[in-house]
Amino acid sequence: MATITTISESVGANRIVPTVAIPYPVGNPNLNTADEYNLRKDMVGRALKGLATEIEETTQF
Amino acid sequence: MKLEQNRIYIKDIQFGDVTAVNNGILTVNKEEMINFLKEDPKVKDVKLDIARPGEKTRIIPVKDVIEPRVKISGGKGFSGVTQTTTQLGDGIVNILYGAAIVTVGDIVGFQEGVVDMWGEGAKYTPFSKTFNLVVDIEPAEGLEPHMHETTVRMAGLKAAEFVGEAGRDAKIDETLTYDIGNIDEETKKYPNLPKVLYVEMLISQGLLHDGYIYGVNSQLILPTLLHPNEEIDGAVISGNCVAACDKITTYQHQNNSAILDLYAEHGKTINFIGVIITPELTTLQGKFRSCDYTAKLCKTLGANGVIVSEEGYGNPDSDLLMICKRLETAGIKTVLITDECSGWDGASQPLADTTPEAVAVVSGGNVSHVVTMGPADKVIGNDKAIATLSGGWEGCLEADGSLKCELNAVIGATSEIGFHYCTAREY
Amino acid sequence: MYKILYYVNQFFGQIGGEDKAGIEPEFHQKSIGPAMGFGVQVKGQAEVIGTLICGDNYFNENREAALEYIMNVIKEQKPDMVVAGPAFNAGRYGMACAGVTVAVQEQLGLPVLTGMYEENPGVDACKTKVYVVKTGNSAAAMKDALPVMGKLALKLLKGEEIGKPAEEGYLPQGRRLTVIADERGSKRAVDMLVARLYDKPFETELPMPVFDRVTPAAAIKDLSKATIALVTTGGIVPHGNPDRIQSASAQKWGKYDVSKIDELKGDYYTIHGGYDPVYANEKPDRVAPLDLLKEYEKEGVIGKVFEYFYTTTGTGTAVGNSIKFGTEIGKELKEAGVDGVILTST
Repeated sequence: MATITTISESVGANRIVPTVAIPYPVGNPNLNTADEYNLRKDMVGRALKGLATEIEETTQF
Repeated sequence: MKLEQNRIYIKDIQFGDVTAVNNGILTVNKEEMINFLKEDPKVKDVKLDIARPGEKTRIIPVKDVIEPRVKISGGKGFSGVTQTTTQLGDGIVNILYGAAIVTVGDIVGFQEGVVDMWGEGAKYTPFSKTFNLVVDIEPAEGLEPHMHETTVRMAGLKAAEFVGEAGRDAKIDETLTYDIGNIDEETKKYPNLPKVLYVEMLISQGLLHDGYIYGVNSQLILPTLLHPNEEIDGAVISGNCVAACDKITTYQHQNNSAILDLYAEHGKTINFIGVIITPELTTLQGKFRSCDYTAKLCKTLGANGVIVSEEGYGNPDSDLLMICKRLETAGIKTVLITDECSGWDGASQPLADTTPEAVAVVSGGNVSHVVTMGPADKVIGNDKAIATLSGGWEGCLEADGSLKCELNAVIGATSEIGFHYCTAREY
Repeated sequence: MYKILYYVNQFFGQIGGEDKAGIEPEFHQKSIGPAMGFGVQVKGQAEVIGTLICGDNYFNENREAALEYIMNVIKEQKPDMVVAGPAFNAGRYGMACAGVTVAVQEQLGLPVLTGMYEENPGVDACKTKVYVVKTGNSAAAMKDALPVMGKLALKLLKGEEIGKPAEEGYLPQGRRLTVIADERGSKRAVDMLVARLYDKPFETELPMPVFDRVTPAAAIKDLSKATIALVTTGGIVPHGNPDRIQSASAQKWGKYDVSKIDELKGDYYTIHGGYDPVYANEKPDRVAPLDLLKEYEKEGVIGKVFEYFYTTTGTGTAVGNSIKFGTEIGKELKEAGVDGVILTST
């Protein structure tokens, strides 16, 4: 889970979930509590889905 | 724009009854200066000290370095920050050349650094050669971190202006004139010279990671065009950002070496048409936007060549290389200035990202290069701070007072505006 | 007068060709083969005190026994330096030269030197650790190689500063060392740009890095039975930073028991020096989402969150250290039966 996915790809990460910003990758303090929670839950969910998905090459989830 | 910089050579700093320059000796009235800085209720206490080149003195943790100046005509000091907003870049400024204000004090983050005035450490910092008036600022209790940082930053800038006033009527030793007209005029004068822009990237990532242009936090801007004179006249200041080795201190903005070295070639081999300030943001979309916008400005202005300087390392490597890719793809010849994170042994990949278009790169050295600096006779500040600074670690301050740390912790060591002399070579 | 001990294979030791490649190591108190030519190069300042000869097959098939004999001879003879080869493009000979020089340098701390053709497989086995003089691909290049080796050997013996690979004639070691240049960086940049604009030659100071690729791991078949571990480079540590992990350029990682907590908030904060810490300090789960993994565990989406959370600082951390940390953490997780990892970076 990384924000600057261009770097993740350059260095050869395979399963990538794009995140929000460098100081708060899995969060967003600008949102209200409920919206931030939904966003975070979704991102972590996508990461888990990525782990359970067969891939051949670098893939963003 | 035409800017005349009057240099008053400073050969020593001493405390005295008046704040003035006589025969190259800058005297500072300690009490007056402290009282002036304490007018800000957020400043609880201020201590002043002097560090001279060659003395066995260590200054730590250093936040910012600022050159004391006074604007005689054409705008005011740090416009939009300590002063009301005025246009900078024209007129006359008197400079206490060879003197610097160095701010230290209670640590805010991990980005402060070390300045050694002698020996091994002195080789790695440009501020071992300036006469330094060290301002140790203790902020009021209970300030939240952003306010703490702002208080310290403002106190440093005000200190530089307070001292700079001493140059108002002092004897001038040298005058340098910086004069570049509008792009049309310069192109008529030098129709055959390639047009060159300088892109200066600024870290724009929050607490201790911001730069300011006329007081505007660089996080909030689209890439913007400056006349080269504006920056060397105080329009850009440091937000005390990133690791000490490659943060651009305010002094380095006031004397931006990339601008000055491009100026030296203006009208000879190049036509230097301007400076673009680009923020290094914390989101991917922000990075794409800044990089696209920067390349667009370069193309719109008809640049043939561009120098891009970075601030910091890690994620900004990505911005640097994306800008390079966009410029080279548009046929604009590009030279990058960066530094390297290749580990204590120098054997790791030097950057966090890579692109084949980056064929011309200047390196400021390896931030993880380990240096050992001998024990100081005098420490201004607190040398125990090294344990938590970037580039230090628990135990790197040895029992005899010598310091073993990475260049990361040394102010200006691997400057990515090319202010200093370090580089890395493959062996 | 410095004392040098020389190492060659059966062929250059004048014992025989491929049919003698199985001979055990032997020592002669005189210069044999290239050791003689090398001795001429260092004449007056250093002398070859003896020659070790070993069959290439024997060395590569009985490495430990061969090295034991060789090291014993070196300890007895007490040379100031060991020189091996040059091996040109002979692969097994190159591997032997690499094996001997690396072992001597690491175990005895003596200066060592060898020489090889750049495609010799022995180069990769030692070039980051020892100096390998660049040679032609066959013994015909001996007369060119020995003067270069002699000159470099004397510099190493005297502890003189070793210049750039192209100047000294050795293969680049892949180490980037920080030095003070004659001109400041901005002047070098302007000069480089002007050269480019006028189509003059220029040389980059930093060739672009190359990164490894790894084959993607297979997918987790059944998430609901899987153990998932949480790892971050965001510098999230327990209050007080008990393991003193660095704020930049990390030299270590830490692991902390999170089996009894539902979120990192409260007990953890960031010591990372590369980003604004305010938001992570408010809620460290914004960097390492333990809270949500625990929720997915309670909901039965995943089997279990691994009991330890792993952490280090990513900013300015050398790729070499990252590889080491990744290998060490990966080994622990693998041995603990962890099925998948969420790795977050800032």
